[in-house]
Amino acid sequence: MLEIRDLHAEINGKEILKGVNLTINKGEVHALMGPNGAGKSTLSSVLTGHPAYKVTKGTIFFNGKDLLQLTPEERASEGVFLSFQYPVEIPGVSMVNFMRTAINEQRKYRGEVPLSASDFLRLMREKKEFVEMDSKLTNRSVNEGFSGGEKKRNEIFQMAMLEPKLSILDETDSGLDIDALRIVASGVNKLKTKENASIVITHYQRLLDYIVPDYVHILFNGKIVKTGTKELALELEEKGYDWIKKELVIE
Amino acid sequence: MKNNQFLSFFEEYKSQIEKNSNAILNSFRDEAFRAFSRLGFSSKDADYYRFIDLPTLFNADYGVNVNCLQPTFNPYQKFHCDVPGINSWLYYVVNDIFVDPLTSDLPEGVIICGLKQAAERCPELLKQYYGKSVKMENDGVLAFNMSFAQDGFFMYIPEGVVVEKPIQLVNILTGNRPLLATTHNVIILEKGAKANLVVCDHSLDKHVDLLANRITEVFVAEGVEYDHYKVESTTPSTKNISTLLMNQAEKSSVVTNIITLHNGITRNNIEVNLCGEDAKTTLSGMFIGGENQYSDNATSISHYAPRCTSKELFKYILEDNSKGNFLGRIHVAEGALKTEAYQTNRNICLTKNARMYTKPQLEIYNDDVKCSHGATVGQLDDNAMFYMRSRGIPEKEARLLLMSAFATDVLDNIRIESLKDRIRLLVDKRLRGNGSHCEGCVICK
Ligand SMILES: Nc1ncnc2c1ncn2[C@@H]1O[C@H](COP(=O)(O)OP(=O)(O)OP(=O)(O)O)[C@@H](O)[C@H]1O
Ligand SMILES: [Mg+2]
Repeated sequence: MLEIRDLHAEINGKEILKGVNLTINKGEVHALMGPNGAGKSTLSSVLTGHPAYKVTKGTIFFNGKDLLQLTPEERASEGVFLSFQYPVEIPGVSMVNFMRTAINEQRKYRGEVPLSASDFLRLMREKKEFVEMDSKLTNRSVNEGFSGGEKKRNEIFQMAMLEPKLSILDETDSGLDIDALRIVASGVNKLKTKENASIVITHYQRLLDYIVPDYVHILFNGKIVKTGTKELALELEEKGYDWIKKELVIE
Repeated sequence: MKNNQFLSFFEEYKSQIEKNSNAILNSFRDEAFRAFSRLGFSSKDADYYRFIDLPTLFNADYGVNVNCLQPTFNPYQKFHCDVPGINSWLYYVVNDIFVDPLTSDLPEGVIICGLKQAAERCPELLKQYYGKSVKMENDGVLAFNMSFAQDGFFMYIPEGVVVEKPIQLVNILTGNRPLLATTHNVIILEKGAKANLVVCDHSLDKHVDLLANRITEVFVAEGVEYDHYKVESTTPSTKNISTLLMNQAEKSSVVTNIITLHNGITRNNIEVNLCGEDAKTTLSGMFIGGENQYSDNATSISHYAPRCTSKELFKYILEDNSKGNFLGRIHVAEGALKTEAYQTNRNICLTKNARMYTKPQLEIYNDDVKCSHGATVGQLDDNAMFYMRSRGIPEKEARLLLMSAFATDVLDNIRIESLKDRIRLLVDKRLRGNGSHCEGCVICK
């Protein structure tokens, strides 16, 4: 599904990604871990086409399409979704209007007819229940005045609405209380099918108890330096990142 | 016409103007004319029409309707305004002439008519209020108005009368050659009265220079609730100078909203005088500019009495070569204790040639005041843009959503739901660059 080859990317002339290789097949869950500033969010931004980042080398193919040739909105319509580490507040744009526009634009891209108003509202209601999101939130402007946890839950709500093929969850667990974490994680698990895949970025093993990854990658200084199974996350939890740094030095 | 041509014009036609007008309006003419002769269109004040070249603006070969000829068509038959559900009492002023609808089922005691008619129907009232709040000694444009005005819109709501249904005044400019329309409106709401007025400025001609110089004096008595909306949807060849003088007595509450969607050159002089205690005013406005449009809101809110509140909000969205100017004067007099005055001006320049000028001006003469002001000029929020695009919303659509969101709080200050919905629709269409005019209203088609 996703093939990243020797990806280099920079922002403001500073190279952040320094040769990332990653292959993801449908049905898989990949955890991406690594110290602060390693480039995890940068990778998410590059995958979703943030205009501030410049790809200087490498390729990204998504279901056979050259992702780097597509605009952010085209990538979204191809099925790439990012749950933002820092969701953006958009005062004055209602959640309803935002979601309806997003869904119908994606449908238009795929040559489908727009959802009728009643079908849309039904879908909204269904997905709200799914992530146990308060109606008060969907009646407001996008993320405006939402608490940290509410914003994260709203990301999962949007994911449920848009049904992406590849979801990138950038620290969706941070800021969530225990109950919210469980709800969000179970939401993610329920959305999982044999056809889609996800990249779960986190600092904590805890989330991976709920969302069990097939692979765990460690991104360090702009490169994936280690790949393992879920035990790798446990090891990290125990030892921190120092041993990886040491290993790298020895190599 | 140049200044001096207006001078000789006035002298030549004075008797005709006076003959076709009435004693109350005429009683101001000589004084006004002396002021205009002295001032012309210049001023020592650097902010006086700073970005509008008044002498040039007035210097076309304008025709003036000295004989007060009625329009050659009946606007009540030719046009209709179909803001869904607005169901208003509708009145037309074509160029500088009030056109009588001939039918009327207004609530008892309410008088709505032309200024000329008012001089016959209620001379005492007109005499009491006409020109009362116009400070023309320092302002050539106002002095010009008082020299030449012969007609206008007159509205009187007696004590305690509540008029729920909106009253609508449609100003139409039209001519097959350059034309100057000078009108003067007087609006009086007595103690405890309540009314809404929607003013629509339109022009029918795209290639003829049409210049309007209008004064609207509003007198709001104790405890009055009054909403004043003005929506301009004119043409690039229209020059629209409007002066709104809002005078509020104690415990009155006024909402004013001035929206410019399509125009040529527009200047709104808006003066709010909070003369009685505990009065409230909300003054907001918006300009969406494209091509070479220019809009200028010069506002001045004066707190003369204690415990008055003013909330001011103006927003501009500028594209292409359009230009905007905002002047926000707030004056708090010595005795106006416990004043609350808030002013916000936010602007978005979407192109590199768009220009915005903004100037707050606070003059506060006591310490017991809550006051704030803020002005920003910026672009659309990049993070919000990316967030929306990452959900599949195309860039163009995302921009529209953000611009429409930007306009929201100004529209929220419209208290007539049907009008709010329609203006929101017009704003969205305007932002999309098509159908900038009031769809359905035949005038704009
Ligand atoms: N606009 C920018 N200009 C320069 N450097 C930047 C810019 N944005 C991000 N960086 C740098 O890029 C590096 C990678 O940041 P990124 O947000 O991808 O890290 P991360 O792995 O997601 O970290 P965290 O775990 O803290 O979220 C950091 O060193 C950061 O300071
Ligand atoms: Mg990050």
